[in-house]
Parts: sequence; structure tokens; C-alpha cells
Amino acid sequence: MKFKSVLTRGIVCSAVLGAAVVSSPALAADGEVNLYSSRQPFLMKPLLEAYTQETGVKVNMVYLTKGMLERLKSEGLNSPADLILVSDIGNLHNHEKAGLLQPVSSATLSANIPPQYRDPDGNWFGLTMRARVIYASKTRVKPGEVSSYEDLADPKMKGRVCIRSGKHVYNVSLLASIVVAKGAAAAEAWARGVKANLARKPQGNDRAQVKAVYEGECDVAVGNTYYMGKMATNEKDPVQKDWASSVRIIFPNQNDRGAHVNISGAAITRSARNKANAIKLIEFLSGDRAQRIYAETNFEYPVKAGVPLSPLVASWGEFKPDTAYLSKIANQRNTATKLLDQVAFNK
Amino acid sequence: MSAETHALGDRSISRAGSLSVMSGNRRYELGTATTVVSQPASINGPWSGRRPWQWLDGWTVGTILMAVLAAVPILAVVYLAFTPTENIWPHLVATVLPGYFATTLILMLGVGIGTLVIGVSTAWLVTMCRFPGRRIFEWGMLLPMAMPAYIIAYVYTDILEFAGPLQKLLRALFGWSGKQDYWFPEIRSVGGAIAMMTLVLYPYVYLLARAAFLEQSVGVFEASRSLGRGPWRSFFTVALPLARPGIVIGLSLVLMETLNDFGTVDFFAVNTFSLGIFDVWMNMNNVSGAAQLASVMLLFVAFLIFSERYARRRQRFYHASSKYQALPNFQLTGGLGLFATAGCLTPVLLGFVLPTLVLLRYTQQHFDPELTREILKHALNSVKLSVMAGTIAVLIAIIMAYSARIKGGRVLLAASRAAAMGYAVPGAVLAVGVMIVLGNLDNGIDAFARRNFGLSTGLIFSGTIAAVTFGYLVRFLALALGAVEASLGKITPNIDGASRSLGRGAFATMRHVHLPLIRASVLTAIMLVFVDCMKELPMTVILRPFNFQTLATFVHQYASDEQLGDAALAALSIVAVGVVPVILLSLTIAKSRPGHRQGD
Repeated sequence: MKFKSVLTRGIVCSAVLGAAVVSSPALAADGEVNLYSSRQPFLMKPLLEAYTQETGVKVNMVYLTKGMLERLKSEGLNSPADLILVSDIGNLHNHEKAGLLQPVSSATLSANIPPQYRDPDGNWFGLTMRARVIYASKTRVKPGEVSSYEDLADPKMKGRVCIRSGKHVYNVSLLASIVVAKGAAAAEAWARGVKANLARKPQGNDRAQVKAVYEGECDVAVGNTYYMGKMATNEKDPVQKDWASSVRIIFPNQNDRGAHVNISGAAITRSARNKANAIKLIEFLSGDRAQRIYAETNFEYPVKAGVPLSPLVASWGEFKPDTAYLSKIANQRNTATKLLDQVAFNK
Repeated sequence: MSAETHALGDRSISRAGSLSVMSGNRRYELGTATTVVSQPASINGPWSGRRPWQWLDGWTVGTILMAVLAAVPILAVVYLAFTPTENIWPHLVATVLPGYFATTLILMLGVGIGTLVIGVSTAWLVTMCRFPGRRIFEWGMLLPMAMPAYIIAYVYTDILEFAGPLQKLLRALFGWSGKQDYWFPEIRSVGGAIAMMTLVLYPYVYLLARAAFLEQSVGVFEASRSLGRGPWRSFFTVALPLARPGIVIGLSLVLMETLNDFGTVDFFAVNTFSLGIFDVWMNMNNVSGAAQLASVMLLFVAFLIFSERYARRRQRFYHASSKYQALPNFQLTGGLGLFATAGCLTPVLLGFVLPTLVLLRYTQQHFDPELTREILKHALNSVKLSVMAGTIAVLIAIIMAYSARIKGGRVLLAASRAAAMGYAVPGAVLAVGVMIVLGNLDNGIDAFARRNFGLSTGLIFSGTIAAVTFGYLVRFLALALGAVEASLGKITPNIDGASRSLGRGAFATMRHVHLPLIRASVLTAIMLVFVDCMKELPMTVILRPFNFQTLATFVHQYASDEQLGDAALAALSIVAVGVVPVILLSLTIAKSRPGHRQGD
């Protein structure tokens, strides 16, 4: 009977596949480095290939956007991961607090990475920087009209501001930086003010905000710097070039604390088996070659001094970053999240 | 159910009479029915020679064991809820929780009503009436099922948002300059989310409603008509109540899927309960708080399921008739026929055809041969995992459902309910439960081996394909169980009695009598699990091994970087691979009805 044969075949298939599962190696061969990364594979691929080419060491990777911390925790000391690669200081900080990292010291890392972008104890290391900036319409926003995050909350901007979900990790960190700079009450007032000025409910991603400015739905938007580079050079979707050319970048608060900057970074896990090679990988990622790839393919700011910016990024001009310690900002993320709830930012 | 049914009918139940509804005070208790017939079976069954309690225990123990395995990750989530780091409730209750509740309820209500109306009405039309295009709609109605909700949401936002082509066209046509000049529905809203989810979820209701209508004896409906009830009243008072168990299972799947959706509501910034769970988890770095919210959601689902079962506790419908005549095929002509065609066409157009065309266009714009090779590899991974999970899930479902049938009793019923709860938990949260369980198991084995043999076994299951498969099983067992249970429940216990009194044991009866009878539903169950595994994202991302991608995770990495264009081909592949079994099995289901005219 046909049905039975389907079922039988299914069972046989499952058995074969099951056998394949059991025989598949869960652990990497000796010397290989195992990486848990929340940065996209297509971004990491050229970097990891360059590392393998230089050292002959293969890198295995799991791309994990959620649950990395819980996975490391439940795998315990038997975890195969040697290092993690994440964006946003908050993530690095949470892993450190959960006791999942181990401190390392490396002369190369100390030389390559300025002290404010790495953990004083050596638990984590920043590799790239991005600023959270204001994108302003070239035609509808007069020069000087908007120059700080505070301006976004000013009543003169009523109905003119676009921003992605307040609860997105980038916006939570931005608000946390305001908590650090001016206190929780001022941060709450700011969030309330921005909400009152929104042209539409928070939605979409950073690029979608620039698109909305281009379409005339709003005049200013908040976004990370590298998206500007990705839109301005998008050959596959050329309309994004038009979005990019409709706005100019304003680095906020250049006359006081500076623009909010966040990092992506790496850390060695406490369970690392190939610690030596894992440290070498971080050293490589903080070195000239990798820093240049980060700068050119992803339009981020290299942490290593002397590595040239992508010409496009350089064309936006120099800016003054907020120098508050990132770990301090990370500590205020919880407060910031609750403030956003209190002002019903996303509603 | 074709030839076998008739042969069986002649042999054993031809005298069962033509009345196929038994309900109210005339209900049959499965437990008592089996007690009566279990004696001869234990003597002559395949396990003859052993004492009766041994094989009886086999079913019970096996079922409970499987249920425990499936429920342990859920229990791990509940356990997590009892290890709080910070009390989040005062803050949540004072601020966002009421909003989460209200939004979630509106969403569930909207999607529930939408899928019921579309699913049941199209199922009835396609099964009972004739109108232009009916034979295509038979399987065509299922197509949107292969479309992941997060992808359709993305596509429609591109079309309908302020910057999209439609509003642009309207502005150009009417000379509007800005937002203030006109009103247009906002796609990124609760309404938008209801529309997106309704479009891709109604096939669950359609599928189970259609199966129920197909399995109904036409005699009952005709009796109602000949006793003077009109077609509408007969539909609402006879056909619909008879199909209720199946429809309710379809609806509960839809509602659970709605409740645990993250991708769509996140993209639309619709603040539902599941969005709140992730907010507490990610932004407040409080996984136990998230588990507490998830547990509350679980309780809510349990309450819904229980109250529905309670509401129809006195109803049980069996097929007692061996007379399956051809379906009536009411001819809808003229305007009525066109109306039926349009009614069936609209959801398929909006839920499948249009988004597929948009994806095709993206694919054409972003074509890259190197990516295409990569995508093939990922497609193979997706198919492997989905076939494996689908088959195992259905095998487990058959054993559990059958064992609850022959053994009866609350324990087994509770066990199968517990095993099905995974469907109501957001995938990422459930993945944490799976990791806790497998991590503890692996580290326990490792510690044991170190102590006793001085060697380390490392992690055996964590971070393997087995872990991903286990996750799928825990999450999607409800689908398989629902489809199998609904179908098995419709077979009258008289059949069990006949087979067992004729000397077949419990296992042989299942194999030779029940399995052929529920064949269509078994195929449906495999298909449901397969298609959902193809689309599954959060568990795959969290549980997978090194250097391993499925189509869904591949789409995700691009979508998360705001470039769906590059992932359009992979998204299309998910849809394409999902469509094949949808069509094949839909055809099988249509053929499986006894008396159904095949050449029609």
C-alpha cells in the first residue's frame, strides 16, 4: 500500500539521518577556533578567511542573535566556544557579569585598542565603533537648526522626527548614555519630548527612517553611521543611494559631551580550549588588515589609531565622541528600558 | 479509507446502522468500551503468552515517557521562572502590561475571526459546491501556508507604507503633497498584523475544516435537508457542530501561533505579550522574568484549551455508517459561482501569489550565482531537518493518541496535553528550556564518566542537529498530535471492539485497522510539521551546530541587516519547498475520501 511505503520510507530516512547526526563531529579538530558571533556571517566571512589564510587556523562559527548567553551558561565548562563576537557594550557587559568570560592580557591588544574601548581587567575588547547620529533632510532642515540630541525633544521639531522602536538595543543604549550624562529624570523628560515630536509611531529599522526623510514623511531621523555608507554604496538596490543623498549627517552635541558611540567587540570564554589561537584571532581582528576590512566593507570606525577610514566615512568629517565609560552606560540600560515603558515610547 | 473501509465494513460493522451522530446522553465512553474487549485481545494478541498487565503497561509507560521528554524543556522554562533575579512585576503592571494584554487579545480575536471566516467558508465551498476553479482551489487554498509571516509582513510593508508604490501613486494621482492631506491605513499596526497573520494562518483552519467536512457522512446533512431545514440552517446546526472538533484544533493552532509570533509583531512594533517577553529578556537582561511572562502565557493557553474541551465535554461524534456516498457537489451558477470563485481567490492572491511575485522581482534584481550555490546547501539542511522532525513527531503522535484511546484515563490525556504545550511558548524561550535540559544532561553524563572512567565525554547533544530536531519536536508535537487525535477520535470504538474480538491485539488493530483509516490525517500531520519546521527560525538559530545554516537562518541574517533583497531567493526557496508537500498531500487527502469521485 502506498501510504505504508511512504511511512516506511520516512522512518528509514529518519534513521539514516539520525545516524548521520550521531556521527557528525560536535567538536572542532585540534587548534581550530570556535566562535559564537552575533555579527552576520556575510560580514565576518572576509575577516575570518583572511585570518585562516594568514595563520592556517580554521574558524568555526555559530551566528547567534539571541540566547548566546543562555547557551554558554547551559553548556557550562564543556562549551566548545572559545570566543564570542557581539555588538553593543550591553551584550559584552552581560556576559561578563554572568561569569562567562575570562580575563586575558595581551601586549598587542593593549597597543591596538585605546583603553576606553576595552575592559580594564581584560574581559572584553572593542573592535569597531559606530556613532548614533542625526540624519537631517538637506532641504527641509536649516543648518544649525538641529545640533544635539536635546534638539530632537524641542517643541520646534513637532511632527518632524522619525526613529525606530525605542526598545531597540541601539536606542536603549542612547537613552542610557543620556541617563549617565544628565540623570534619569532628565532622560525621561527627553524621551517624552522626542515621543511628542514623532511624525509616526516608532517602526522599521535605521534605513527605513532615512527612507522616510527622503519621502518627506519626516525631516530628521536617528540612525547609526554605517547605514549611511551601506545605503550610499548600494549597487544592488540603487534607490537607497537617493535616500542617502537626501540627508546629511549631523554629529550631535559637539559643543558639550559629544556623540553617543557604541562598539562591537570580542571576548574569550571561560571555557576556551584553544585560548592561544582565540587570542590570536582577536589580535588579528584588532590589527591593521582586519581593521581596514571593517572600515571599508562595513563603514565602521576602526578602534586602532592610524587605520584609515573609508573615504566616504572620512567625508562626513571628524567628530567628538561621548567619552563616558561604556561600561557605565551599559549599567544604565535597565533603567533606560523602564523609562521607555513609563513614557509609553512605542505606543 | 477507501477499499479497506469497505472490506472492513462488510466484515465487521456493516450492521452498525446509518446513524453517525452519537452525542449528549447517548455518548460512548472509550474507557468502558475497551475494558469490555481487552480480555480476548490480551489472549490472542501479538503479546500473547505474557500476562495482560505487561503490554498494558507498555502503552502507558511509553506514552508517559514520551510526554515527559517533550514536556521537560517547558518545565525548565517554568523552573527558570522560579529563580528570579529581580522582581519585574511592579514595574510591568504599572506601565506596559495592561497594554500587552489588550493588544494581544485584540490580535488573537482579529486573527481568530479572520481565519475562522476564511478557513471554514472556503473549506465548505470547496468540499460541497461546484464553481469555476474549484479543483484548483482544493489545494490552492493551502498555498499561503508555505509563506512565513515575517516575510509576508516585510513584503506588504514595502508595498503599503508611506514610501511604497501604492501611496506614491495615490499622491501623484490626486496631487496630495504630504501625510496631512489624506488618510491611509497604517500597515505597521495591530490591524496590519491581524491581516498578515490571517493571510498565512487561515490554511490551518481550512485544512482541518476540510478534512472534517470530507469525513462527514453526507447522510446526516441530507437527513437534515429532507427533514425541512434549509441549506444555511443545516450548515450551522448539523455540519458545523459535527466539524467543530477539527475546526477548533485548527483554530487553537492559529491562536497559539499568533500568541508566540515574534518576527511580525517586532517588525510592526505591535506591543504584544511575546514582544514584552523579549524586552524583559534582552533589554532588562532578566531571563527569569521573561520565563515568568512566558509561564503566564502558558497558563492562559492551558485555560483556553481546557475551557473549549469542557464546553463540548458531552459531545463525541463517530462515524458509524459504512455508507459514504459521493459528495453532493451543489452547483453554484452565475453570480453565485463567480462570488465563490472570488471569495476563494482573494486570500490566495493576497497570501501567496502577490508576495511570491514581489519576491521573484527582488530575486531577479539581486541574483548572484555564488549565493545560489550556497542556498542549495542550506535548502538541503532545511529539508533534512524537517523530514526527520516531521516523521518522528507523527510516529510519537500516533502512539500517544492511540494509547490514550485504548487506555483512556486522565493520566494519559494529561500527558498528551502536556506534551503539546510547547507550541504555545515563543520559540526562543523554548530553546532556552531545551538548552538547559540538554546542557544538564550532557554535563551530567560528562561528570559521571569523569568520576567513574576518568574520561570526558564533552557535550553529546548540545549544539548538534539532534538538539535542533529535539527542539522542533517539542515545539511542533502539538500539530501532529492535534491532527492525529482529531481523526482517531472519529472512529467509533465499535471498530476497536470488532477487531479485538476477532482476535487482533492492540498493536495489530492499530496497524491494520486504525492506521489505514486515519491515513489522510497522518499525512496532514507530517505536512504540518514539515512546513512549520521549514519556516522555523528562533530555535534553529539558538540550538544549531557550528557552520550550519538553514534557509530560514540564511534569510534572517540578511533581513536583520535590512537587506531582504539578498535573501529573496532563499525566502522563495522556503516557500517553494513548502509548497510541494502542501500540494501533494492535499491531493492525497481529497482522494482519500471513500466515494469521492476521482475523475471529477
